[in-house]
Parts: sequence; C-alpha cells; structure tokens
Amino acid sequence: MTPQPASDPLLQQAASLRSQIGDNIHDHISESVYATAAAISDRAVTRDGQVAAFRLDRAIDQVVTSRIWGFPMMALMLMGVFWLTIAGANVPSAMLGDLLLGNVYTWLHAVADALGAPWWLSGLLIDGMYMATAWVVSVMLPPMAIFFPLFTLLEDLGYLPRVAFNLDRLFQRAGAHGKQSLSMMMGWGCNAAGVISTRIIDSPRERLIAIITNNFSICNGRWPTLILMGTIFIGATAPAAVASLVAAASVVTVTVLGIFVTLIVSAWLSRSWLKGEASSFSLELPPYRPPQIWRVITTSVIDRTLLVLWRAVVMAAPAGLIIWLMSNVQVADLSMAAHLVAWLEPLGWLMGLNGVILLAYIVTIPANEIIIPTILMLTLNLANSNLAQSGVMLELSDDLVYATLTGMGGWTLLTAVNLMLYSLLHNPCSTTILTIWHETKSLKWTAVATFLPIALGFVVTVLVALVVRVLT
Amino acid sequence: MSNSHDAAACATCPVSNTAQVRKLGAQLGRWDYTIALAGNPNTGKSTIFNTLTGLRQHTGNWSGKTVVRAEGGYTYQGSQYRLVDLPGTYSLLSTSVDEEVARDFVLFGQPDATIVVTDATRLERNLSLVLQILAITERVVVAVNLMDEAKRHGMSVDVRRLSRDLGVPVVPMAARQGEGVAELLSMVAQVASGAYQTKPYVLPLQDAAIEAAIANLEPQIRARFPQLPNTRWVALRLLEGDASIMRAVADGTLGDVRKGLAVAPILLQEATS
Repeated sequence: MTPQPASDPLLQQAASLRSQIGDNIHDHISESVYATAAAISDRAVTRDGQVAAFRLDRAIDQVVTSRIWGFPMMALMLMGVFWLTIAGANVPSAMLGDLLLGNVYTWLHAVADALGAPWWLSGLLIDGMYMATAWVVSVMLPPMAIFFPLFTLLEDLGYLPRVAFNLDRLFQRAGAHGKQSLSMMMGWGCNAAGVISTRIIDSPRERLIAIITNNFSICNGRWPTLILMGTIFIGATAPAAVASLVAAASVVTVTVLGIFVTLIVSAWLSRSWLKGEASSFSLELPPYRPPQIWRVITTSVIDRTLLVLWRAVVMAAPAGLIIWLMSNVQVADLSMAAHLVAWLEPLGWLMGLNGVILLAYIVTIPANEIIIPTILMLTLNLANSNLAQSGVMLELSDDLVYATLTGMGGWTLLTAVNLMLYSLLHNPCSTTILTIWHETKSLKWTAVATFLPIALGFVVTVLVALVVRVLT
Repeated sequence: MSNSHDAAACATCPVSNTAQVRKLGAQLGRWDYTIALAGNPNTGKSTIFNTLTGLRQHTGNWSGKTVVRAEGGYTYQGSQYRLVDLPGTYSLLSTSVDEEVARDFVLFGQPDATIVVTDATRLERNLSLVLQILAITERVVVAVNLMDEAKRHGMSVDVRRLSRDLGVPVVPMAARQGEGVAELLSMVAQVASGAYQTKPYVLPLQDAAIEAAIANLEPQIRARFPQLPNTRWVALRLLEGDASIMRAVADGTLGDVRKGLAVAPILLQEATS
C-alpha cells in the first residue's frame, strides 16, 4: 500500500516547478558546489613554492601504472608474495603437523584407551573431529600467517588502487565498471566481503556483473589449496633450486587466469543477459603512505589469519565427524563414502579429477578452507590405510602428502592441475551464496552466480583432461 | 616514532582531555549522543573511528573499504557517545548504495553531530562533500586530517579562515600520530550539546528561477514535516526529481525521523528491464 506519488499535492507542485526550470538543476547544483569548494580552499590553503608537492608519488605512479611496466610489475609483486609464503611456510607447517598429528594425536588415543572408551567414540572424536581440525591448523596457519601480513602491507602502502587503475582499462573494454577491479581484489581476501564491496558500484547492471564474477577471485580459503598443489606437484617437477619459484609461478598463473575469466565472463554478460554501456568514473590514486608495520601485523594476524582459521576449525570439526561416519557406516559391505565415491568416480574421471575430490567438494560447500584435509582423510580411509589409526601419520610433510595422494589416491600431475583449475572454477561457499542472495534478493541471479562457475569448471577441466589424455 | 611517543605522554597528562575518554568498543548500552563520521575515502576516517572507540576496524588505503555502517562508542566528560562510521564517499549527489547509506544516515538518522574528515592535501575536492553535508545538517565538525602530510608537501591550511568560511568548527589533525584528537572530542561535545551554535554556509545557486521554486516549496514542506531541519535541501531534491526522497515524502517516512535510528538497508533492484 504505497501511496501514489502522482496523487501527492507537494510532489505535483514540485513536478510542475521542475518542468518550468528544466532539468539542468543537477548540473547547476554540482557546479555551484565545486566552484564554492575551490574558492574556499583557495583562501585557506597556501603552498610553499619551494617544495615540489608529490614528486616522488608521481614518479612511482608513472612506473607502476605505466602501460608497459604496469602488468609485469603486478605479476612480479604477486610472485614475490607467493614465493615468500611458499618458501617460508614449509618448515613451520611440518613442525605443527609433527606436534598435532603426531604427539597430541597418539597421546589422545592413549588417554582414550586408558579410559576404556569404545572404538566408535574415540574414532568419531579423535580420528574424525580432532584429525580434521589438526590438519586444517597445520596446513593453513603457517602460509596464512605469512601471506596475510604481506598482502595487507601491499594494501596499506597504496599499491592495490594502482592495480585497480591498471585493470580499469580492461574492465571498461569488457563492458563492466572500472570499480569492479576493487571489488575483485576484495574477493582475493574473501568472496563474501567482495560481494558486499560491490556496493561502491552505482549501476545495478554493472553491480550484478561484479557480484556474479567475484567468485573468480581466489579467496582466503582457496589460497592454501593452490599453494599446496603448486608446491608438491608442480614445484616438484622443477630442479630443487627453483622449485619454490616454479610453485609460486603456478599460483600466480591461476590467479591471473581468474582475472581473465572475470573479464571474459563480464564481457559475455554485458553483451547478453546484462546488456549496457560501461559507465565512467574517476578513481583516486591515494598518496603512498609509509605502512604502519606493527599495526599491519596485528590486524592481519588477529583479524584475518585467526578469523579465517577459526572459521576453518569450526567447519572442520563437523566435517571430520561426517567424514568419519561416512567412512565407517557400512552399507552392503562397503562404507557409505565408498559408495558415493564409486558413484562419482566416472564424472570425476571425465574431469581429470576423481570421485574423492568431487565428494570432498560437496562436503566442503560451507568452507573451501577444509578441502585438502577432507581429501586426505577420505583418501586414507578409503584405502583402508591404518596409517592414521596406528599413529604412523606422524607428520604432515609434503612428501607424505604426495605419497598418500599418488600412492593411495592414484593422483597424477593432471589431477593436481585440474584440482587447481576446479578450485578457481567452482561454486562459491555457502556464506558467499547467502551474501549474494542478501545483496540481490533474486533467486535467479543467486542461482546464476552459483552454477555458472561450476559449468565453467566442468568444461575447462574436461577439456584439459581430454587434451592431456590424447597427447599422452 | 618520537611523535607517537609524545602523543602517548600527552594522553596521560592531566591537562589533556583525552584522559577523560573511555573507549567503549562495541559495548554500548544506552547513549546520550549519536555522532556520524563521514568523509572521502583515504582520509583517515577509520583511523579516527578506531582511535575514539578502541575498536580495530580494518582500515585500508583505498575506496570501497567500508561499505556498511560500523558502530562503536566512547564516553567523554560523563556523556556516552555512539559513533557511526559511514562509508567513505566523494559526494552525496549520485546514487550508488554506499552514498545512499551515508546520506540516509545523516538525513534520517538525525545524528547530534556529524564529523566530516577531510584530507589536508586534497582539501578542494574534500570540501565539496563538506558543503553537501552542510546542506543537510548544520551540526557539523570538520576534521582536517593528515596535516603532517600536508606540511611535508609544503602546504599549510588556515583552519581559522576555513572555520569562518564554512561556519562550523574546524579541527586540524594528524590522526595517525594522535594529534588533534582532544580538540576534536571537545568540539564534537560542544556541537552535539548545542553549546556551540554553528552558522553553516548556505550554497548560493545564482539562479533566480531555482531560488523562486525553492521559496515556493519550502513553506509547504515545513507545514507537512514541521520537525524537519533541512527544508531547503529537501526542496532541491524534489526539484531534481530524486526518487528516494520523493518516495519518502509520499509515504510520510520523511517526517518519521527518529534520533539515531538505523535506516533500512537498501537492496539492489532488479537490473533487468
């Protein structure tokens, strides 16, 4: 029951006055605002002619936003960040794994035995919930504790707006809003946050494009998967001296691929379902400011690392429970997990993945963070390995993960590459889907944003698998 | 480093009124005053918010960082203040969601005072937002932040002149070093309580037809919504054909301003038509 504006006397009066004045009133007001602002600021601000203002800022900007050097610089920066993360996280990851999966795990089992706990209870709690949680912590904590401060440092310095500036041209050509480069980079932290940040985009059409494509920004939950796959499968194919560089390059490649997919999908959307012209805007390049190192470390460790880790742990415990149940509840001589994996296996094979990976992606819809631990637990359980149960899985060294995946899971380089691709191209996590629903209030667009990436992921992985199988 | 050390020493000395601030973080039961925090992106708005409330809202050196309202509180000289951090925007003229969130809060939320944070090194561009906010509310304190950066680039800002021109208090600040916080708190308290009566600059339109139309509409708006303080601004929006204000007039929500009340979230409309 909203009253009709047309019948409101005040609005009628305003409308008739508006038609008398003409429609240049908006421009008139803007002009007056800017002219007055200039006059007042001229009176208040004095400049010392001796000091050339912002000369250094401009010099740096000319390099980092140059047509020639902009993109190579960007790739180099990303390489540096990932290389430091990969090279630095190895040792602490192994140490944490040693402690949590070795010492604490055997101690917990010893306590359970001493208390006379039934096998299913200790299985559920220790082999299910505890194991998944411990894996999440040892796989994720070290890389995140290195990656987030580095990334926040780039952000604090003022480098990210320059990246946005570089990408703006491409987004305009794709028929999308230049500010989409900003929401895309928010997505590199968290897609749900990226979707919310599209609020800076004025036009609903361009905002929808930004929302739908935000999932192609690799988020917090997916970096660890890419970094691990890059390290143990792709980096390992190179000589030891350059292994971590090659690993970093593979992660950068997937990230850049994500940017390309974003642009291609945006261009396609703006020429089909969401037709329209790109609107222009002005993007301010903020001055470079010396980063507040200490604050960067505290905010990125406390606000991002621990928050993301907490989310992963909260999700990992119930996921571990489900995985243990699926692996131990027998239906017609086989565990439920085995049935499901066997059922998904043909599809998985077609995509160059396997049934375990697809099942893991279903279990981990609430959080991408736990995909690797889920895959590992399922692989171990299905192979009827008593590595974990007998306490042999003492540490989570990269070698052991590699041996588990190739030996028991039958993984090849193709599996790893396609997992990296599918990690980029699959449905958003449930939090992001909910956020998209919240921001669009449209079932249709929420569905598009959810299923479009899966369709793309399917096509891309099937094609890659096909090409590799034909060639080898 | 010495700067922050000095600021820390000052904050604990009895002369400083920062010592009378108690940061309440997000724990805020009731409040005496609602303060809105507005400003362009990259002006240090979030830094000021964090300094006053003791919260650790993530700050970033780019636009689009804050797109939703964040709230926190502090007590100062025995009164409770609720501080609402609005999205950083360049103007309130266009219609993106972040600008609408900011504008609607200043308009419908009826804050007791609005702090507009500006960047001393980019004052001209920042002042256009100040002028637009002054058209909506007269209870404004302008914080000219990043004075240290301006000095490094050989610029100086005459804050007294600025204050006289704008008709509202202007506080020079270097928020990252904690400079100017005490003065800001005191000015906000005075404006919020009404002890400091501002005389906001009224934007001249230099167009007789528009001024006549405003004069025609203003009495009607005042008659219909007696408690509305900014009839001139509403008249201008109606003349411009602003859809959300027209809706607010038609369904009466324009008169429904309640102190410090939150505004309904704005949703993305179906883009396909």
